Amino acid sequence: MTLEAFADTIVPGEKRSPDDRAVAGVSAGGGAVAAGAIELLETPATGISAALDDYAEALNRNAREYAEGRGLPLDDAVPPFVALPFEDRTALVQELTSPRHREKELWVLLALFSNMAFDTAAHLHTTDAIAAGHPGLAAMGFLGPGEDGLWRFPDFSYGRPLAEPHPDTTASGSPA
Amino acid sequence: MTTTESTDVLIVGSGFGGAIAAYHLAAGGAKVTVLERGPWLKAADFDHDFLLGSSYTRIFDFVVGDGMSLLGGNCVGGGSVVYFAAMPRAPRFVFDRVSATGQRIWPESISRDVLEPWYDRVAEALPITQQDWNDVTFAGGLFAAACAHAGRTANPVPAAVDRTKCTNCNWMMSGCRFDAKRSLLLNYLPAALAHGAEIRPLHEVQKLTRTEGGYRVHYKVVDDVDYRVYAGEGEIDAKIVVLAAGAGATPVILQRSEPELGPMPRAVGRYFSGNGERLNTAVVDEDRARELLGLKRGDGPAFRANQIGKGPVVASWDTLDASRPTHSRYSLEQLYFPPGFGTILAQVPDATGPSWFGKEKKELVRQWQSWLTVFTMVEDDNEGVFGPPPPTGNAVRISQQMLGRGPIRYEPSANTLRGWAESDAAVRDILERDGLARVMPWTNDVVGAYTVHPLASCRIGDDPQTSALDDGQELRGHPGIFVTDGSAVPAALTVNPALTISALAERAVPGIVKAARDRGVNVSYGAPAPGGETAGRRGVQAQLPGLTGL
Repeated sequence: MTLEAFADTIVPGEKRSPDDRAVAGVSAGGGAVAAGAIELLETPATGISAALDDYAEALNRNAREYAEGRGLPLDDAVPPFVALPFEDRTALVQELTSPRHREKELWVLLALFSNMAFDTAAHLHTTDAIAAGHPGLAAMGFLGPGEDGLWRFPDFSYGRPLAEPHPDTTASGSPA
Repeated sequence: MTTTESTDVLIVGSGFGGAIAAYHLAAGGAKVTVLERGPWLKAADFDHDFLLGSSYTRIFDFVVGDGMSLLGGNCVGGGSVVYFAAMPRAPRFVFDRVSATGQRIWPESISRDVLEPWYDRVAEALPITQQDWNDVTFAGGLFAAACAHAGRTANPVPAAVDRTKCTNCNWMMSGCRFDAKRSLLLNYLPAALAHGAEIRPLHEVQKLTRTEGGYRVHYKVVDDVDYRVYAGEGEIDAKIVVLAAGAGATPVILQRSEPELGPMPRAVGRYFSGNGERLNTAVVDEDRARELLGLKRGDGPAFRANQIGKGPVVASWDTLDASRPTHSRYSLEQLYFPPGFGTILAQVPDATGPSWFGKEKKELVRQWQSWLTVFTMVEDDNEGVFGPPPPTGNAVRISQQMLGRGPIRYEPSANTLRGWAESDAAVRDILERDGLARVMPWTNDVVGAYTVHPLASCRIGDDPQTSALDDGQELRGHPGIFVTDGSAVPAALTVNPALTISALAERAVPGIVKAARDRGVNVSYGAPAPGGETAGRRGVQAQLPGLTGL
């Protein structure tokens, strides 16, 4: 639930149900969670799948410190990071990923994979993801492949000169 | 007990520097062994797939350092398999550049004129052709039209792409499924194999030690799925070693070798250049593109074609003007990066919250098909330094493939920052003019600056204090070790460097052949291009006496 809330902070989406606490619901359409962020994080290929419990624990520790430092009350029914309002989740993630934060590399990594779940569906074959209506690839308008699963774009060019080349261009087509 | 094998010439890496040396030395009769740390994939293996574990993650590396991240090839064929095949020659002024102390950076012996016949050799071998406006993709066309609208010029870029085979699928970073991209898998490497060279994939070189007649190369064998796991190790003795592991790895191997090999030149692992690279993402207003530039795709939209294409096809060279000050000379090139790394660092123009993640970023990503990416290559100040080498390889691997943490440190100088700022302003001038698009550079706050063209970590030059290699690309103080990859290029080129790396490697080969002959290897120089063409060979003939000391 904690890591879902983190992924939702990176690419927010709409709640899966009215009582969804992890997904803050600040954006229409599926976000990183619906795109499969947890499935991707749990994939051994990422190299961080064995450390996810530690990630959640550390994120909640940071969330608790963040809340205490600002006098924010936290709902004990959910983990501290989940209990934070979306704006505070965002502020905390900004802090954790800022260039001078001592834990920056850890959180950037988690953010990279959360993002990749949305914009590449890296835990799925791309053709399968598109066929299943993957929310990230669909939101981007990522065009699908041909029948053989490969991409080709026979219509790719305006097919006409659109600028004057540099006057000093050499015969090889290079700068002088 | 480890068995020690032997060869005449051991080559580390199979990218441009390694493959070119491998071909010529094998063709000349030497026993050549190439160790490549990545896997050996061919066209049918190059997936159109973002799934972790597909060719996308198997064949390139993303190494995050302190202030700089490097993107490079990790497979047989090296950078040529993952590159975007833009192959311009470096402008003349690049070779005349001087350092802050007024010292010439390039060796006195090398200029654009000197390199021209070597450029020709590579152009014949791959081959490289001049694209025309019918090859220019929608993205390149839009950039060209925007340049013209802003009163600037724009050129179709020469490229190593077989235009008859290219499908404009834009999966080039996963390797070319259609063999349209003229990677080294199609020319130098098969020709090297035909002459008896041996290529061993998944062999990661760790260090060199000295033997009586040459060097011993120590390697580990990498698991073909999880590159963090080693499946064995070994060593090979060679009379000549050619390091071509890439500018992110060659200095690391030498640093790790220093305790046993002896002191390295001071410049090993210093003066790293990211080729001054910088990326901007523009979000194009489709209506304005139609109204201002008169662009239209059939009956469809004006643009919405970010996904369609084949890497950079159009560049603007107006600021490659020798009379401009250093750091104000740069090229701008239209470029496509696939989602993933091509989206995370893009920033939201006028963001009120975080610019690279969050609610506003998601809205930006929804417009992804209207994105246009512009790549800057400016002159930087060679600010990069490599820290102590990691235990193995050139990085501590985080993921099974692709992602690692490396020892590079980079803090851009005021000059570099000024160059980036000037080029960012030029991109805005071109693309925000009359409301055509909204533009923001990629953030450096997440993984530092980034380069797809790491250079100069073990560079050539005339001054032993500031160059690790002499002008024949031999390592100072360690005769018989040559470096032929991007680490030898002494400074940023203001254009894509693959052709210059290759031309320098071609130029270094006669000297390597001579060094091998001096050590008793029965090898000659003079092979034609891998396809049998001989014009390039004739072109360089006049320079051979100077390069071989004959």
